Amino acid sequence: MAKDFTRGMAHGIPIALGYLSVSFGFGIKAVQAGLTTLTATIISALNLTSAGQAAGVDIIAAGGTLIEMALVQLTINIRYSLMAISLSQKLDNKFTLPHRIAASYGITDEIFAVCSAQKEPVTPAYMYGMILIAFAGWVSGTALGSAAGELLPASISSAMGIVLYGMFLAIIVPPARKSVSVLAVVSAAAGISVLFRFVLTEVSSGFAVIISAIIAAAVGALLFPVKEDTE
Amino acid sequence: MSIVLYIAVMAGVTYLVRAIPFAFFSKKIKSRFFRSFLYYIPYAVLSAMTIPAIFYSTGSIITAVIGTVAALVLSYFGLPLIVVALAASAAAYIAGLIIK
Repeated sequence: MAKDFTRGMAHGIPIALGYLSVSFGFGIKAVQAGLTTLTATIISALNLTSAGQAAGVDIIAAGGTLIEMALVQLTINIRYSLMAISLSQKLDNKFTLPHRIAASYGITDEIFAVCSAQKEPVTPAYMYGMILIAFAGWVSGTALGSAAGELLPASISSAMGIVLYGMFLAIIVPPARKSVSVLAVVSAAAGISVLFRFVLTEVSSGFAVIISAIIAAAVGALLFPVKEDTE
Repeated sequence: MSIVLYIAVMAGVTYLVRAIPFAFFSKKIKSRFFRSFLYYIPYAVLSAMTIPAIFYSTGSIITAVIGTVAALVLSYFGLPLIVVALAASAAAYIAGLIIK
């Protein structure tokens, strides 16, 4: 139990470091949009997501409607539903309903990816450990970013923009190297995503990610179904 | 409009999108297609989120490409996540210094 928790914390450290840099940028953006440090920090603590928060701050700054806020959050964050279903398939028996209700708060792209990559079933203690560390990085980065403004030289803060993407590549590349089917799926997803960026530009980036991923994963599932014993 | 309302709607929708499927999807999925789909979806999501966005993540396509290449090479050799992530950033930073 305690071992799982500390292991989760250890696995959460790279996530927290990545979050620290991204949420620092979010803090700067939120203050520029007219929010206080406290408000920005509360938003980070309650949402624990990058793209949704950035879009939410834009809507607040523009004085948008609550319906718009709900629809934008739904669109950008619907990928978490897919991740939640996927992750539900590899949970340990200790994951009772109350644990699921509590831990679902921490399903982010990175926490999901790291949990999914585990060989053994995911326990609540493991997930809580990871969420705690990631939360600390995300919230403290937001507070620091919004309080300190742009203290960091631009050369450093802009180079930090690539940190999370570098981590995503580190998650994708090793399995793609081992499995031709994973390589095909990630290549297809990237290709469709590029198409959205340059051709179907009227589709918002949140929708573009969802559609690209669903098409690529569905075609992959049809052409290369996983073996029955693979989880 | 009150900022509290905005934040409540934002946080409420974001939480429910995560909690509803996570809380109520407890059965093992039988469909081979759907299990395969769920196996591929994390890689597909991360790939679609990364490409082409990574090339715009540093404010300069040249430094971003150099950071991307660093990340690809190091992850190909299976280095830990944090090493790959920070090396990508360091490569982009150094490239930025050289270009200037």
